[in-house]
Order: sequence, then structure tokens, then C-alpha cells
Amino acid sequence: MRAYRVVAMARKEFVQILRDARSLAIVVLMPPVLMLLFGYGVNLDTSALPLYVFDREGSQQSQDLLKHFQSSRYFDLVGTVDNYPALLRAIDEGRCRIAIVIPPDFSKKLNAGGPVGVQALVDAIDDNTANLAFSYSESVVRGFSAGVQLDWAHRQGLAGLQYPLNVQSRVWFNEELQSRAFIVPGVIALVMTVIGTFLTSLTVAREWERGTMEQLISTPVQPSEIMIGKVAPYFLISVIDSTLCAAIAIWGFRVPFRGNWGTLLISSALFLVVVLAMGYLISVVAKTQLTASHISLLTGFLPTFLLSGFIYPIDQMPVVLRAFTHIIPARYYVSILKGVFLRGSSIGLLRGDLLGLVGFAMVVGTLASRSLQKTLD
Amino acid sequence: MLARIRQMVIKEFIQVFRDRSSLFLLLATPIIQLLILGYATTFEVRHVSTAVLDLDNSSESRDLIARFGASRYFDIRAWVSDRRQISELITRGDATVALHINAGFGSHLRKGETAPLQVILDGTNSNIALVALGYVNQITSDFARDYQNKFQQRTSPLLLKQMPTVVLERRPMFNEDMQSRWNFIPGVIGILALIQVLMLTAFAVVREREIGTLEQVMVTPIRRWEFILGKTLPFFVIGFADGALIAIVGTAWFRIPFRGSLGVLSLGLVLFLLCVLSVGLFISTVSKTQGQALISAFFFNDPAIIFSGFAFPMTSIPPILRWISYLDPLLYFEVVLRSVYLKGVGLNVLWPQMLAMAVFAPIMFTISVFRFHKSID
Repeated sequence: MRAYRVVAMARKEFVQILRDARSLAIVVLMPPVLMLLFGYGVNLDTSALPLYVFDREGSQQSQDLLKHFQSSRYFDLVGTVDNYPALLRAIDEGRCRIAIVIPPDFSKKLNAGGPVGVQALVDAIDDNTANLAFSYSESVVRGFSAGVQLDWAHRQGLAGLQYPLNVQSRVWFNEELQSRAFIVPGVIALVMTVIGTFLTSLTVAREWERGTMEQLISTPVQPSEIMIGKVAPYFLISVIDSTLCAAIAIWGFRVPFRGNWGTLLISSALFLVVVLAMGYLISVVAKTQLTASHISLLTGFLPTFLLSGFIYPIDQMPVVLRAFTHIIPARYYVSILKGVFLRGSSIGLLRGDLLGLVGFAMVVGTLASRSLQKTLD
Repeated sequence: MLARIRQMVIKEFIQVFRDRSSLFLLLATPIIQLLILGYATTFEVRHVSTAVLDLDNSSESRDLIARFGASRYFDIRAWVSDRRQISELITRGDATVALHINAGFGSHLRKGETAPLQVILDGTNSNIALVALGYVNQITSDFARDYQNKFQQRTSPLLLKQMPTVVLERRPMFNEDMQSRWNFIPGVIGILALIQVLMLTAFAVVREREIGTLEQVMVTPIRRWEFILGKTLPFFVIGFADGALIAIVGTAWFRIPFRGSLGVLSLGLVLFLLCVLSVGLFISTVSKTQGQALISAFFFNDPAIIFSGFAFPMTSIPPILRWISYLDPLLYFEVVLRSVYLKGVGLNVLWPQMLAMAVFAPIMFTISVFRFHKSID
């Protein structure tokens, strides 16, 4: 391998990227755009669900309960109805996500003692939001119920009645429970995959498709030199882009960074080697840009998006799929990213994930370097 | 005129099906993606790994812990004997929830006092922590209520019947078992139709241009709009077949209920495909190379998917982004898909979404045809 030939290849590749102003703009703009999209667009924190109420009694006590719902920041009272069909229509049209129905004998039953049911009709298509809606309305009702019980106990002369349990919950690592904090660090892995695998996979395929590969083959350049020369510019771009992403995450979105920069750098470099080698491998195998882009979407972007634990938790997947995630390199990197950002994990704690990345870098790198044959068939 | 369009269509079909790999990509990749998406995308929280520190070891504390162990939401994986071990398990990510019961728990309860329960949660994934916290509250309040009842029975059995309580009756609608899959599978149809068709269309014109065959086509007597029609018609057919395939396989494999009408769903798919085709055409007129087309398609897909409400509730994104999301045809198609599948509603409810897509497509087509004229000269 000769250094000057590698440099020549890399220069050619750089010129090609720079000449195409739009590609360059996209490469530069992608990290901030993806960051903003995921930082602002992807939000699992449910806020203010549209609430309808159907008070079939209209007593002082039923209104009291509804006031409890109104004052909760999780609900936004958008409608009051006086019949079921109107309520069902509002739910069908999606104007109402949760409806509270108070029975006609609410206060009578309440004064007589014993349990009284209040219905919560929830549009459960989105089960996650529905779950939270139930949990929030449960706590509203519990609060109201406790107040009623206290009054009752007072009247009965049972002043000493105390609620038996006091649940003190403490949340670690992401104290305010913001979904942004756990999603944004993972975007770094996504950006690297897009640039490393997606863009790189197009480069060699393009040479084949345009016929310039034959010209390259007729020069004395070696396959390994082609590989390094082709990949080097994208390596540089990825390094810049991922640094930019990390900066946006830390200073833009104020995601806590509790770990150590060295761990982040080492793991990022390893992951970069993996995605670039994958991209190169795909482009050698695919021969056309359309096929290359399809394969890189299927083996790079989608697994990174879906199976890495980036958004969807791995431990909630079916066993087979969970086992399958072990051959997704992004899984290890995303785990390291979350560890370094939120948990402040030390390098020792992350050694398993780091070893996984090292293994992938070696295997995929070797495959890539042997993939290109300088022959025409 | 018709003859010329027919010739174009035949040429496009031959081109798509000539190579085996593209046939594979058209039929197999959507199915693979469907399966991965179907199994991976879940926000259900089950079997959360739980650690227990019980320093009281009374019948009361054991009863409370047993309730956690019996629920399907928590799996007790570790019994520890001091607080440090809890920190370790949570920091390593081996436990997501830890229950800490101090000595004296049982005796507090027996005296009718409030007993503390400490719950430590790993908030790295805020969604899991939030949902798990909801389950903790549910289990503990059940425990508290039962204990209170027992306590009352012991001290003043006559009053127990009179104690008023308000209970929430949960009525999840449309997705009665609250399965994530019922929400995601219909949604996936839209996502895959978008990815597949947009990519094909975006590449269509650009490839001709890049290879140089566009000029050859242009010297034939074919008119520009005939060319565009001939180009897009095959992708429309392929897109519809793909959409139908995904819908059939998804519904049958994952056993998703289909409660609406096939006609409404088909109309939605047709309108949506027209929107995607018009966007794809637009991309192919503004891109000079396949690489550019690919990146542009990618840049449309990402926001389109994120803002569609496919995975992330739209109630929680900032207002400015919500306005942008109204430009996203996928947003409307997702509503159509889920409403037809799970709500079983028809055009009387879904006409606004249909109208939005029916307005989007012609506008975008006009812009594309206009751009295409310019890009030829």
C-alpha cells in the first residue's frame, strides 16, 4: 500500500463531494436537522389530553370531581356533552381522547357509603397514551376519593384514620423523566449510520454504474487503497457531524453529560469504522445505487432506528428479536451513548458493549477490505 | 397518445422486473420490514426487572412484595440485603425498579400509621419509568385499600360498609386489550408504502438523466406529460400492490381486527399513493444524481414519518411543528388507516383527511410538472 495513492483517491473523493454543492449542504445540515426533528418532534411525554365530560347527575359532588380533572395539567377540558351518541361521535372523530362519565346516582351512592364507579372512556388505539391517561385519571379519582373519605371520617369522629402507605419514588439518571433526554443521544448513532452506511454505500456503486470503475481498475491503485481512499472523506465528515450532534445535545437540548469524553470518543471511533466498512461492503456487492440504497436502508438505517434500543426498549421485545439485536452493531453503541450521557457509566461498566463494537469493527472491516476484486466480469 | 403512454408503461415495467434483485426488493423487503416493525415497535411495558430490599420481613411487607411479583408488569429478579446493592443494580442497568422497605413497616401498619415504601426507578428510558410508576401506584393503592378495609374490619366493622370510595372504571375503546401492535401494524402500512414508492419514483427520472437515456426519450415524439404519466403509472400499480400485500400479511399474521370498509381503505391508499408519487416526481426533477435523489427522499421520509403520529403522540409536540405536520400527507393516511381498522368509521368521519390528501396531490403534481419542464431545458 502506498500512501500517495491513498491520498490521491481521498482527494478525488473529496473533490467529488465538494463539487456537488447540494450533497455538501445536506451532509452539513443533516446533523442539526435530525437533531431538531428528534429533539422536538419525538416526544413521548403526554401533555394535556383532550377531555370530554358527561355528567349525568349535575350535583355539587359530581361537579367537584370534574373540577379535580380540570385542574390537572394532564387534561384539557374541551367539551361537555349530555348524551352518549354525542360522546361516541367525538371519540370517533378523534376530538376526544378521554371521556369521564359520572353516573346519575353519583352523590346518592356516595352519601350512602360504599364504592361508586366513575367511567373513564379512553381512545386506546395509542395504547401508550391510553395507559398514561388511565394512570393520571386514576390519581385524580384517588385524590378526590381520599378527600371524601377524610370528610366522612371527620363526621364519624374517626379523626385518627390515616392512609396506610406513603410511596416515595425517586427517579435516577433522568430525574425529570423527559423523553428527550433518552432519545437525543441516540440520534448521534443514527446520523453516523446515515452518513457512514448510506452515503458511503453509494460511492463505489456509482463508480460501477457510471463505468468509471473500469478506469480505476486500469490504474495501479490497489483494492485496499481504493477502500481507504474512498472511506477517508466520509470518516472525516462523520467525525465532524457527530461532534456537532453531541454539542447540540449537550448545549442545545441540555441533555446531561455525566460520563467521560474519552469513552465517547473511543466508542464513536469504533462505531464509525463499523458503519463505514458496512457501507463500503454494501456498495461493492450492490453494483447499482438503487440496490445499494435499499440494502443500506435495510441493514443500516432500519436496525439502528428500530432494534438498537434507540427509542424502542430492547428488553420489551420478543425473545427471538431480542437475541437478534445482538448482531446489530448500533445496539452496543446506543447503549454506550445512554450510559455516557445519562448514567455517567465508567469505561469498565461499558466494557461489554465496547468489546461488541471491537468485534464488529474487526469482522466487518476484514470483510470489506477483501471484498473488492479488481476484475471485470 | 394512449399508445405512447402504454409504451412508456411497458418499458418501465420491464426495467423494474428485469433484474431479480429489484423484484426481491419490491416484494421481500416490505414483508421483512413489516415483521421487524411489528415485533420491535412496542411501548408496552411488561416484566420490568425489579430488585427488592426488604429489611422488615413481616407478613405485611411480604404481602406487598408478593403483589408486585404476581403482576405481569414486574419481574422480581434480585433480592438484596443492603442499599448499596440497589445502587449497583440500577447503575448497571440490571434492575429498572427497586423496592426498598425499611424495618418497622409492618408495625407501623398495625398501629394504623402511615408506613413508607421507597421506590427507586431508572429514568434513562423515561417512558418505561413513567409507565412503571403508574403500575407501582396501582399496586400500592390496591394494597393500601385492602389493608385499610382489613384494619377497619378489625377496629370498627360496622362503619366499613359506609365508607365512601370512588373507583375508576377503565373502559379502553377500540383497542380493548391495549396492545401496541394493534396501533402499530395498521400504521406500518402507510410507512412502508411511503418508503417504497417514494424511493422508486424519486430514482425514476434521475436514473434516465444520469445514464443519459433521458435525452434519447426526449427526441422521440412523446410529450412531457405523457412521459410523466407513463413514468408514474407503473409505480402507482406497484405501490398499490405493495400496500395491499403489506395490509393482508400484516392483518393476518398479527391478527389485527379490521372493522371498517375495504372501499374506504382503498380510497385512502389511492389518494396517499398519489401524494407520494407527486413528491417522488418532485424530488426526481430537482435532483441531478441518484445520490441526491436518495438523500432528498430520505429528508422527506424522516420528518414525514416523525410528524405522522405513527409512533409519537402529536399532542406533545410544539405548536409550530404541529402546523408543519399539517403538510404531511402521511399524517392523514395514518388517521385513515387506524380509524378504518380499529374504529370502523367511514367517510362521514374521515372526509377531512381524504380531502386533505386529494388537495395535496394535484398541487404537488402541478409543481413537479412545472419543474420538470424547466429541468429538461
